[in-house]
Amino acid sequence: MLLDEARARTAASLGVRPDELSFTASGTQAVHLAVLGALAARRRVGRHLVVGAVEHSSVLHAAELHEREGGTVTTVPVDRHGRVDPAEFAAALRPGTALACLQSANHEVGTVQPVEEAAEACRAAGVPLFVDAAQSAGRVPLPGGWSLLAASAHKFGGPPGTGLLVIRKGTRWRSPLPSDEREGGRVPGFPNVPAALATAAALEAHSAEFAADAPRLRELVDRIRTRLPELVADVQIVGDPVRRLPHLVTFSFLYVEGEAIITELDRLGFEVSSGSSCTADTLRPSHVLEAMGVITHGNVRVSLPRGATTADVDRFLAVLPDAVTRLRKSAGVT
Amino acid sequence: MGFRRRGTRRQPPAPPAPPAPPPVPAGPPAALVLDALGRKCPIPIIMLAERIRDVPLGQVIAVQADDVAARTDIPAWCRMKSQTFVREEALPQGGWAFHVRRDY
Repeated sequence: MLLDEARARTAASLGVRPDELSFTASGTQAVHLAVLGALAARRRVGRHLVVGAVEHSSVLHAAELHEREGGTVTTVPVDRHGRVDPAEFAAALRPGTALACLQSANHEVGTVQPVEEAAEACRAAGVPLFVDAAQSAGRVPLPGGWSLLAASAHKFGGPPGTGLLVIRKGTRWRSPLPSDEREGGRVPGFPNVPAALATAAALEAHSAEFAADAPRLRELVDRIRTRLPELVADVQIVGDPVRRLPHLVTFSFLYVEGEAIITELDRLGFEVSSGSSCTADTLRPSHVLEAMGVITHGNVRVSLPRGATTADVDRFLAVLPDAVTRLRKSAGVT
Repeated sequence: MGFRRRGTRRQPPAPPAPPAPPPVPAGPPAALVLDALGRKCPIPIIMLAERIRDVPLGQVIAVQADDVAARTDIPAWCRMKSQTFVREEALPQGGWAFHVRRDY
């Protein structure tokens, strides 16, 4: 009963039918089930998979598994803003394409992808489209035209360890896992009911609050994008200036180590992220920045929380130039 | 693009030696070579920015580096700084030499 209520409310927030929605153990699990299940169901059509170059690692890792098991993968490149060209995406579809994947918006640079154009091309080619909507669910209206969708509850203020998997009516899907009757045979194991209820409530609250706050956050991001190059030399603002998420802004300082600037900003009271290699577990820089062909060192990603104020942003802009100057000086840059 | 038959591939035999360097494309030899091997980004970029004015206009400076980030960062730096990225050359000992022409 409680689970039915959680499902109905969550589905209504997403604009889908309750029987199209399943709760998963994480956003990553939702992505894996969507990709691998759609591929399994269309195995007789073919084993070709199309993915955008800057998809989340959960999508790319599922694609790698598919390739290791004998499938083929075409990666559609992005432009300097991190955006897939819909014509190139369409051209990657061919007879034997089992599935195409395109994120709603990029998690590192905020660029919004042309999902509806891609969906149109997929529909014409008879290929289902999977959309990783982790960055958009609970923030901005979801695009239409897709066949499968995944999201992650903690991204919209819900409990960690809860994901959402949507499979539209009429989409072929077969579990890539041993059979289990729970969640309509889509997700193994008994669902976490309290987490599902919390997810439903969080999605409703976050969607409403974020919609109200988005224009203001967009202006604050514009302020950072405009002011930063005036305040600091040799900074590259990354991502599409217009077709982007309202709250996310990413930039890179030449001659500065990513980890050093993150540590420095943390000391000054700002929690930011980075796609630079030295801050990650691996030695590789972010595949997103690489695919875009932009500077990968000195990278800073700011995700404005709801309620961020102009004063917060101005304080950030006030301390940043000195911090960058200090780090460049200590690295011997003259 | 045809189907790649990934399913039937066998482990390729280990290459006996690094392949002979590809024929060097016609182009001016580097007037200056910087050794940034073993240095992490952004050090190779800092070295390039510091020394590019040591070569005359129109001449080529080469940066040797083995941090994979340099493969993205050096061409990206060239675009930002309006210098010309000429080519990337694989080095027999590992890493790459990145050739940049000074344009201003």
